[in-house]
Amino acid sequence: MLSCLEKQGVDLVFGLPGGAVIPLYDRLKNFELKHILMRHEQGAVHAADGYARATGKVGVCFATSGPGAANMMTGLGTAAMDSIPLVMISGQVARSLLGKDSFQEAYVTGMSDAVTKNSVMVTDAKQIPQVIADAFLIASSGRPGPVLVDIPKDVFQQNVENINLDAEPRERYRRKLKNSVITREQIRKVRFMLNEAKKPLIIIGGGVNTTDSVRKNILQVVRTLDVPISQTLMANGVIPDDDPHFVGMVGMHGTTDGNYAIQNCDLLLAVGMRFDDRVTSDTKRFSTKSKKIHVDIDSSEIGKNVQVDLPIVGDAEEFFELLANDCEDETLDHSAWRQEIADHYRPLRHGDAKTLPPMELYGVINDAIDENTIVVTDVGQHQMWAALFLHPKGPRRFITSGGLGTMGYGLPAAIGAQFGKRKDKVFLITGDGSFQMNLQELCIIKEFNVPVKILLMNNGYLGMVRQWQEMFNNANYAATTLDVGPDWEKLAAAYDIPYHCIEHLDDAKEKLPALLNSDGPEFIDCRINKFSNVYPMIPAGSSLDEIVGEFEDEA
Amino acid sequence: MKHKLAVTVENTPGVLSRVSGLFSRRGYNIDSLVVSDTEDPTVSRMTIVVRGDEVTIEQVTKQLHKLIDVIKVNDITHEDIVERQLLMIRVSCDHETRGEIKTLMDIFHARIIDVGRRSMIIEATGDDDKIDAIIKTLRPFGVQEIVKTGVSALVRSPKEK
Repeated sequence: MLSCLEKQGVDLVFGLPGGAVIPLYDRLKNFELKHILMRHEQGAVHAADGYARATGKVGVCFATSGPGAANMMTGLGTAAMDSIPLVMISGQVARSLLGKDSFQEAYVTGMSDAVTKNSVMVTDAKQIPQVIADAFLIASSGRPGPVLVDIPKDVFQQNVENINLDAEPRERYRRKLKNSVITREQIRKVRFMLNEAKKPLIIIGGGVNTTDSVRKNILQVVRTLDVPISQTLMANGVIPDDDPHFVGMVGMHGTTDGNYAIQNCDLLLAVGMRFDDRVTSDTKRFSTKSKKIHVDIDSSEIGKNVQVDLPIVGDAEEFFELLANDCEDETLDHSAWRQEIADHYRPLRHGDAKTLPPMELYGVINDAIDENTIVVTDVGQHQMWAALFLHPKGPRRFITSGGLGTMGYGLPAAIGAQFGKRKDKVFLITGDGSFQMNLQELCIIKEFNVPVKILLMNNGYLGMVRQWQEMFNNANYAATTLDVGPDWEKLAAAYDIPYHCIEHLDDAKEKLPALLNSDGPEFIDCRINKFSNVYPMIPAGSSLDEIVGEFEDEA
Repeated sequence: MKHKLAVTVENTPGVLSRVSGLFSRRGYNIDSLVVSDTEDPTVSRMTIVVRGDEVTIEQVTKQLHKLIDVIKVNDITHEDIVERQLLMIRVSCDHETRGEIKTLMDIFHARIIDVGRRSMIIEATGDDDKIDAIIKTLRPFGVQEIVKTGVSALVRSPKEK
């Protein structure tokens, strides 16, 4: 098993042992691959996920049978929703005990059906090389996703002789997962539609948040054809925010100019995104004036939420490469359209600098971001502020649980990302709600002196839910108050992490630049305004034209 | 409208729950699902009857195809197919109606496979229309129990020209 993993290039695994995987852990000492002992299985699966997102490699995690594997289900779902390649190895009770409600038995392959790309149980050790080769192929090809391999304890202990470790993935899987080829004809049609359009808009999603070369190709397309470009949450960082063609994020918390552009364009070229409800809001009133081209590697995404005029099933990276080559010597001028969009940008009102208003605080954090900074977030208000106000500089530098919206994702994912990119700076933007969901992993920061900068957006509320309650439920803050929290300073001290409290904006400006550039971990408790809301906002179910916010022009 | 999908899958332990789970998870309306082994022991064949408009059926097909264990998905609704299902139906009878039921069932080439004092069991195979017609015909006599296997279908062989 471990040899097979090493053959796949695995050098780092996150996990937590238990009875069913003792035989596996017993042999770790004979191998080069390193195992990071996390403090909770959910932490291990998120760490593998953060590692995969930061590096582009397949993340690997180990868990024991029953509760160990069950604890990883949330992490598998998180990875599945955001198309992240993971291989999870779980121990299972011995074959003779299967189906008897044995100690720490759970039907893990069944449990994981809905949250994995594939899940299999190995019933004979001879199958292991084949199953592992298949698992890595399935996880990483086509639309990536998590794969679970469940192995009974006695299979780990089985003696197998003459086993060939060099199994190739099955040919049928290869064929099934092979990307369809994007044809010249399709590119020609795209070019034709782009040239015809008066108000074209490109929108990119997580499918292009992969390599620097795809970024280069996108910029080439955008600049030569002079097309404005927007992004979903999952593509944050791919396009430099200071590029004049960039119009911000679209969707529920999209910018005014981004949402104006998508509602008023006459051609929408959507690449590597899936028209999630947080992007489209009411699909019947979504971008009604546009013809739509949808490029996605997963054919089932095309036509699922929004009907399109030109479907292209294929790899987003390949698409932009072909398109960039095709439009090398073309120049178009869409400056009037771009100006029209820019005219609809509405800046938000500034907060009181004597307090700690989030937008301004994020501005200070953003100034510390360079090419080698990875921003990891948890889920909630702080995440949306990060999407709006932080601009990482390149692909794989913004790591967030987009589709599943898993609170507690941030800390372990930041640890995983830092293990994957040891030389980079990792900023964890988290909230006091999310952070308490996996704070046991602080121990890993202590143990390995992982230099993650923890920026805790502390407002004493489950802030996003509180915001909805304020806006839609008559400010009935049912079960969202977190005014009894831990003593954060003592908590940080318990794990030997330097603690700093930021209470107002000047504080932030003075302390943050040095803290965010330090060599070790920092715990930065930002006492942000309790009642700050994320704006702009499109209330759920509305059209993208119905934007609510605290704008300067309304003051 | 009803669509018939012919799906070949790998004969693995989890495949049936994975396919049925997909239908319940995504809220597709399934009329029947028949699965059996085939000429190839590693492959099973499913015939799935599902209701929905064209967009839904396209999604069903694509989502099925995404499952790793699924080898092939064919929408055979508009193809020239032979479809059959088996019906067994227990109908009330007495010495007066027994003969009448037998006569009626002969028209459908249905067979009586069990006879009791107050009821009998009739067996029939056919496509949906025929099965529905038999049930309708028997209803006035008092239908006590019905069991159906669901539709199995194969595409007809190409005809010689």
